Amino acid sequence: MTTPLAQVAEQDGTAPVFLREKTILGLPASAWPKILMPLAVGLLSLGAWEMVVRINQIPPYILPGPILIATTMWLDWGTLSGSLWITLSISLAALAVAVVAGVALAILFAQSKWVELSFFPYAVILQVTPVVAIAPLIIIWVDNVQLSLLICAWIVAFFPILSNTTLGLNSADHNLLNLFQLYRASRFQTLLYLRLPAATPYFLAGLKISGGLSLIGAVVAEFVAGTGGSASGLAYRILESGYQLRIPRMFAALFMISISGIVIFLCLSFLSHLVLRRWHESALKREN
Amino acid sequence: MTAFANAAKLQERPATRPVVSCRGVAKVFSNGTLALQNVDLDIKHHQFVSLLGPSGCGKSTLLRLIAGLGEPSAGEIDWPADREGDAHALSFVFQEPTLMPWATAIKNVMLPLKIARMSADEARGRAADALRLVGLSAFENSYPRELSGGMKMRVSIARALVTRPQVLLMDEPFAALDEITRFKLNNDLLRLWQDSNFTVVFVTHSVFESVFLSERIVVMAARPGRIIEDIEVAAPYPRDNDYRTSPLYNEHCRSASAALESAMAHHAHHG
Ligand SMILES: Nc1ncnc2c1ncn2[C@@H]1O[C@H](COP(=O)(O)OP(=O)(O)OP(=O)(O)O)[C@@H](O)[C@H]1O
Ligand SMILES: [Mg+2]
Repeated sequence: MTTPLAQVAEQDGTAPVFLREKTILGLPASAWPKILMPLAVGLLSLGAWEMVVRINQIPPYILPGPILIATTMWLDWGTLSGSLWITLSISLAALAVAVVAGVALAILFAQSKWVELSFFPYAVILQVTPVVAIAPLIIIWVDNVQLSLLICAWIVAFFPILSNTTLGLNSADHNLLNLFQLYRASRFQTLLYLRLPAATPYFLAGLKISGGLSLIGAVVAEFVAGTGGSASGLAYRILESGYQLRIPRMFAALFMISISGIVIFLCLSFLSHLVLRRWHESALKREN
Repeated sequence: MTAFANAAKLQERPATRPVVSCRGVAKVFSNGTLALQNVDLDIKHHQFVSLLGPSGCGKSTLLRLIAGLGEPSAGEIDWPADREGDAHALSFVFQEPTLMPWATAIKNVMLPLKIARMSADEARGRAADALRLVGLSAFENSYPRELSGGMKMRVSIARALVTRPQVLLMDEPFAALDEITRFKLNNDLLRLWQDSNFTVVFVTHSVFESVFLSERIVVMAARPGRIIEDIEVAAPYPRDNDYRTSPLYNEHCRSASAALESAMAHHAHHG
């Protein structure tokens, strides 16, 4: 074949050749240490904790051992799981609203420097005001307790998404922007094909931070609200157990919050990995 | 004898109206740099023109102005053969590959067609053709970071060709490549240019490359950037590796080098 520029193909061979890494139980062999090492550290620490509690005979109302906490979690699962569900749904709803509002606002900011300059400081004010300080006001103003909790969690979660996405939308390669201009792309096309993809890694980094923050926001707001009755989240269970000196249950609730946070973080990291794995430096192994 | 034959060959070319003409073009950047001063340049239909000059003499600046990326500070750039509002008359190959890292090679090549709202199937077909043209069919689904520097540059060239441009503006497209790849791409670009009907403005700082490729070499000097010489390279096409070793080629290289040297000397006097 003598099409122009075609002979160069010969020097590249006809097709790329791939060698696959060995896998164990569906995961690449190199991924296992990353899972097993932290797990081992965790188990060792729990074991040490249990030993310390037993050897020193620390009473459970001061420091319960992990085994007691686990059995409490098992026995009280009915109440605790209900609370877990409430806290989680508030966090996730707040995160969802933060994503929608943060991205929408970032896109608005990207349309004009003036809009960004005018409104960004207020987003910063919202961010630096401690949520504990405004939560009581919001709870007074908003009749619905669930809704007021959601608003508090949203305030905490929304800023990293807004600021990261704004930065990302403005970080599109200058020459690529020129290229789009050259081909007379509309504003919308430039946004869709260039700015949004360029912002994706930034957005995902923000999302990972916001995921944890939305949980923290929800828990803090619950503490402030201290709602009683049936629809109470994990923070209320901690308060309640504190009053009743049911310390193992308090720890159980605390564990559940931490584990939820870890699970949210892992899910978002996995999402980020799925989206970026083929192209972004952060998701790639260094090979050189 | 050859020189005479060439002159005849050059005269055979049809259509002599300029595709683009620059009149008294100047460019001052916001920091006060006078990058271009009083540039007059007519580029004819289907001409292969090289802009040759030392680093920093304003070659990229001029090319970008021609492309409409930025306004000249003085003078004007006119496209008499009016472009009939066709967004695809022009293609640009940047000094760097400038690919979208999140898109595969073929998606990158499809971009200009996608912007022009061509149907995905048709765009895919044409992009595949363009990639075949640059010898990268096997790498359609590779991401830019999985390609070598030369391969990325070829994807970038495929993207410029996919719109079948009337004017192809190239900013040192092969500067970062090894010599073997560069020679091949030089040959292939020439063949493509002869088979098609487009005009090429090719920025380079290599005397050899400009003499091998172009019919006309516009030599520029720096500080302020300006045109100091306009050389005609009267050698017949097709030009192949025999041309690279011919006395005619040597002769043209010598005169282009002399022009470039005087450009550098200008630079030294003023700087
Ligand atoms: N955006 C800018 N702002 C200010 N000065 C600039 C800008 N771009 C280029 N210049 C200046 O304009 C002059 C010409 O730059 P240009 O990039 O056109 O050079 P060039 O001939 O393409 O050089 P090279 O061969 O190194 O690519 C240089 O002196 C450079 O410092
Ligand atoms: Mg340049």
